[in-house]
Amino acid sequence: MSEWWTYRLDDFLLFSPRTYWRLFEAQNAALWPLPLATTAAGLAALLLILFRAPGASLGMGLVFGVVWAFVGYSFLLERYATINWAVAYLGPAFFIQALLMGGAALRAGALAFRRLDGVGVAGLTLALVALLVFPVLPLAAGRPFACAEVFGIAPDPTVIATIGVLLIVRGGWLAVLLPIPLLWCVFSGLTLLAMDETQAWLLLGAPALTFGLGVVRFGPRWVRRPEPRV
Amino acid sequence: MTITRRRLLETAALGAAMPLLPATRLFAQDAPLMRTIPASGEAIPAIGLGTWITFNVGDDRQLQAECTAVMAAFFAAGGRMIDSSPMYGSSQAVVGRGLATLDRRDAVFSAEKVWTTSAANGPAQIVQTRRLWGVDRFDLLQVHNLLGWEAHLDTLQAMKAAGRLRYTGITTSEGRRHDLVETIMRRHPIDFLQLSYNPVDRDAERRLLPLAAERGIAVIINRPFRQGALTRRLAREPLPDWAGAAGATSWAQLILGFILSHPAVTVAIPATTRVDHVRENLAAAGGVLPDRALRERIAAHIGAL
Ligand SMILES: NC(=O)c1ccc[n+]([C@@H]2O[C@H](COP(=O)([O-])OP(=O)(O)OC[C@H]3O[C@@H](n4cnc5c(N)ncnc54)[C@H](OP(=O)(O)O)[C@@H]3O)[C@@H](O)[C@H]2O)c1
Repeated sequence: MSEWWTYRLDDFLLFSPRTYWRLFEAQNAALWPLPLATTAAGLAALLLILFRAPGASLGMGLVFGVVWAFVGYSFLLERYATINWAVAYLGPAFFIQALLMGGAALRAGALAFRRLDGVGVAGLTLALVALLVFPVLPLAAGRPFACAEVFGIAPDPTVIATIGVLLIVRGGWLAVLLPIPLLWCVFSGLTLLAMDETQAWLLLGAPALTFGLGVVRFGPRWVRRPEPRV
Repeated sequence: MTITRRRLLETAALGAAMPLLPATRLFAQDAPLMRTIPASGEAIPAIGLGTWITFNVGDDRQLQAECTAVMAAFFAAGGRMIDSSPMYGSSQAVVGRGLATLDRRDAVFSAEKVWTTSAANGPAQIVQTRRLWGVDRFDLLQVHNLLGWEAHLDTLQAMKAAGRLRYTGITTSEGRRHDLVETIMRRHPIDFLQLSYNPVDRDAERRLLPLAAERGIAVIINRPFRQGALTRRLAREPLPDWAGAAGATSWAQLILGFILSHPAVTVAIPATTRVDHVRENLAAAGGVLPDRALRERIAAHIGAL
C-alpha cells in the first residue's frame, strides 16, 4: 500500500457500527436458547479448572475446542465475513485454535492445574468478565440487549474467556495456545476502536494484561520476586 | 424518467427567474442537474450514489431492503450513476439485488472498479463483479486507488475497444498520489478520473481539475462530505441565511453546490443510508449554482466552523 502513513484506522473500517451490531442480534435470534447453554458450559469448564477436578483438562478441551470451531463457522464465516472480507482469512485460525485446544486437553501433561496464584486470579477475573459481563455490555453502551455478545456464540467473549483460562492453567502448550486468541484481540480491538466503541479497550487490554502477567510469571527474577532491600 | 431538452430549458428559466425560491421546491422529484461526459457528449445527472460502508450490509434482509429503498428514491429523483468496488464487502451484491428488485438495470449508469494487485486476476474479478450486479456490461470501470494501474488500464482499454465497456477511469481519494494521477492523465487515454473534493479538501483545484477540463476527462467526486464527518460537524451549526442564494436548503446541499459549481466536475457521488438524504442530495444545486465569490464564501465559512 503506497502512502500508508496517510491512512487512518477508520479508513479500514468497511461497515457501519449499526450493521456490525446487528450481526450479533441475528446470531442470537437464530441460535436462541443456545447462548444460555454455551454460557453454562463455559462456567462449568471454569469450575472444573478452578477445583482441579478429575477430567478438568478434558472438560476444558471439549468446551473450548467446540466453541472455537462453532464460532469460527457460525459467526466468522457465515456472518461476519459477509461484511468484512478480511474475516474470511481469519476463520480458519479459529479452526486451528479449536484443534489446538482439543489436542492440549487430550495430550497428557500438556496442561497442568495448580492452585490459583496472582496471575490465575487475574485470569479468573478475565474469564468471568467474558462469561458474565460481556452479555450485558449493550446495556451500558445504549445498544439493544438483543445484540449481546455471548461466550460460545460471539468471538470476543469466547476469545477473552480462553485467554482467562489459559492464564489460570500452566504447561508447555501455552506458547502455542495463546497466539491466536491474542492476535484476535488486537484485530477486534482495533476494529472496535475504529468504530469509537469504548469496549475496544477490553480487547486491547487483554493482550497487554497477558503480556504483563507473563512477565510476572516467567520474566526475570527481579520482576517475579523482588529481593528484600538490605 | 426521460429528461427532455425542453424540460431542462424550462427548469433553467424558472431557476433564473426565481433564484431565491428553495431549490428543493423547484426541483425535487424533477430533473436533476445534468452534466456532459466529455469523451462522448453523453448527458449524466450530476449527483450519483456511493456505496462504501452504507451498502455493505451482508445478508441482513432489513438493511438490504433499506438500501433498495435508497436506490428506488435515487432513481425516482432522476439519479443514474452508482459507484461501487470489490473492496466494499457485500455492497456490489446489495446493488445487484436492488437493481433486480427495482428492475432498473436499464436506468443505472454502472461505475465499478477493479481492485487487485495482480494483473492476471483483473479480468476474473471484473467477471465476478458483473455477475454480482447482474448487468451485461459496465458503463465505467475504474482502477481503484491506482492499484496495479498499468496492467489494469490495458485490460480496460482492450475491453472498451471490444465494445465490452463504455468508459475507462482511475480513482484516488483524500489527496493521495496526485503526481501519479497527473502523469496518467497526461499519458493515457482515460475517460474518467475519480478523486476527493469538497469545500475543505481543495487540493484537486490546483492541478488536476484544470487538467481534467483541458484534456476532456470527466471527473467524479468522492467523499463530498468527508465520509459524513463534515455533515455531522456542520449539523451543530446554523445554516447561513445566504445559503439560499447558492440554491441550498441544507449543509449537504451547500457542499454539493460548492462541488458542482466547479466547471470540471461531472458527478458527485455522496453515499447514504437514508431516503430523505438521497432526495436532498439529488435536489442539490437545482438550477442555482454558486458563482466564484459565493464559492469562496462557502469554503471560508465552512472552513472556519
Ligand atoms: N478511492 C476511491 O475510489 C474512493 C474513496 C472513497 C470513496 N469512494 C466512493 O465515493 C463515495 C462517497 O464517499 P464516502 O461514502 O466515503 O463519503 P461521503 O459521501 O462524503 O459521506 C457519506 C456519509 O454522508 C452522510 N450523508 C449523505 N447524505 C447526507 C445528507 N444529505 N445530509 C447529511 N448527511 C448525509 C451519510 O450518512 P447517512 O447514511 O446518515 O445519510 C454517510 O454517512 C463512496 O461511497 C464510494 O463509492 C471512492
